[in-house]
Amino acid sequence: MSKFKKKSESSQDIPTAALPDIIFMLLFFFMVTTVLRETELKVEQRIPRAEQLVKLEKKKLVTYLYVGAPKDKSLGTESRVQANDAFIGIDGIVNWVSQEKSKLSENERDQITISMKVDEETKMGIIVDIQTELREANARKIMYAAPTKAKDN
Amino acid sequence: MARSKDKGSQEVNAGSMADIAFLLLIFFLVTTQIATNKGLTLLLPPKQEDDEPIEIKQQERNLFKIQINSADRLLVEEEPLEDVTQIREMVYDFVLNFGAPSDKKKGKAEVSDRDVYESLPGSMRGYINRNLGSSESSDGPGAAIISLKADRGSSYDIFISILDELNAAYNKIYGERVGLTDEEFRKLNRNDPRQKELYDRARSGIPKAISIAEPSTVGG
Repeated sequence: MSKFKKKSESSQDIPTAALPDIIFMLLFFFMVTTVLRETELKVEQRIPRAEQLVKLEKKKLVTYLYVGAPKDKSLGTESRVQANDAFIGIDGIVNWVSQEKSKLSENERDQITISMKVDEETKMGIIVDIQTELREANARKIMYAAPTKAKDN
Repeated sequence: MARSKDKGSQEVNAGSMADIAFLLLIFFLVTTQIATNKGLTLLLPPKQEDDEPIEIKQQERNLFKIQINSADRLLVEEEPLEDVTQIREMVYDFVLNFGAPSDKKKGKAEVSDRDVYESLPGSMRGYINRNLGSSESSDGPGAAIISLKADRGSSYDIFISILDELNAAYNKIYGERVGLTDEEFRKLNRNDPRQKELYDRARSGIPKAISIAEPSTVGG
């Protein structure tokens, strides 16, 4: 005679065996889609939004320049240019571009795109200087990175 | 018959694992950004050789001048402008003016302004015939140049909004030419041959001639 337990099972009816799988799937999803930040941003970055954005074609051919006021206030409030973890001066841009170009293969070199992430408070003076230096270094394809602006109408 | 002790191994209160999963998900959604590699593209002019001063004199009418002073106020074609979003329409009308379309073949694709006019869809040609064609505006899309001159003290913010408007005007022209909206045109994937063909056809003969002029250092 089996005694039936009067007390019903406590309410753990949700089959919980699948939950670790869900967590792993989420983890892999985020590992794949988000980008671990390679360079530590040393400048303020509130980038203005824009509508007419074009996606980058080849991620390999892109290199980033960050422009903005330094996060460390002791370095002043004037906008600085950061490339690959360190501040570079305007005159260092040409050398930096040739360094980046040398990381690519010969025929890809002239397709290098410089993506500039500029803080909204930056003044145009430094931007124009950077553009002049990029022209000197023959890196003519540039892109002003921006998040999408929601269309008002 | 005693049940084996398997039931006991699920002692971990797994009901809260779902909560943990949701918390982690929300945390990541809020903190990380799916890498945005989108932006406004621009092709800079080639290096300025010292021995070749910029002699190319453009007629006034072929040049659409936009000037920004250090207080972020705009002067468009020598007239002050308050609303940045009007630039879109003004540039559209400027580029498609066809004031004096020439037969001279220009550019890599070897098309003349007249060829470009012939290639436009009827709706665009109708609009041009009704509203444009002024002899005071550009001769044709091959000759039309937008000149953007910022003061060194102008903010990057306004520069981006103007560049956005200029790109919007060009994308609208390109899109309309091949029957797409400007958004659809922007999303064309140039790696797909059919989409690339559309893209090239839309752009042929109408170069995106945006020239960023040397800034003045005098404020205002």
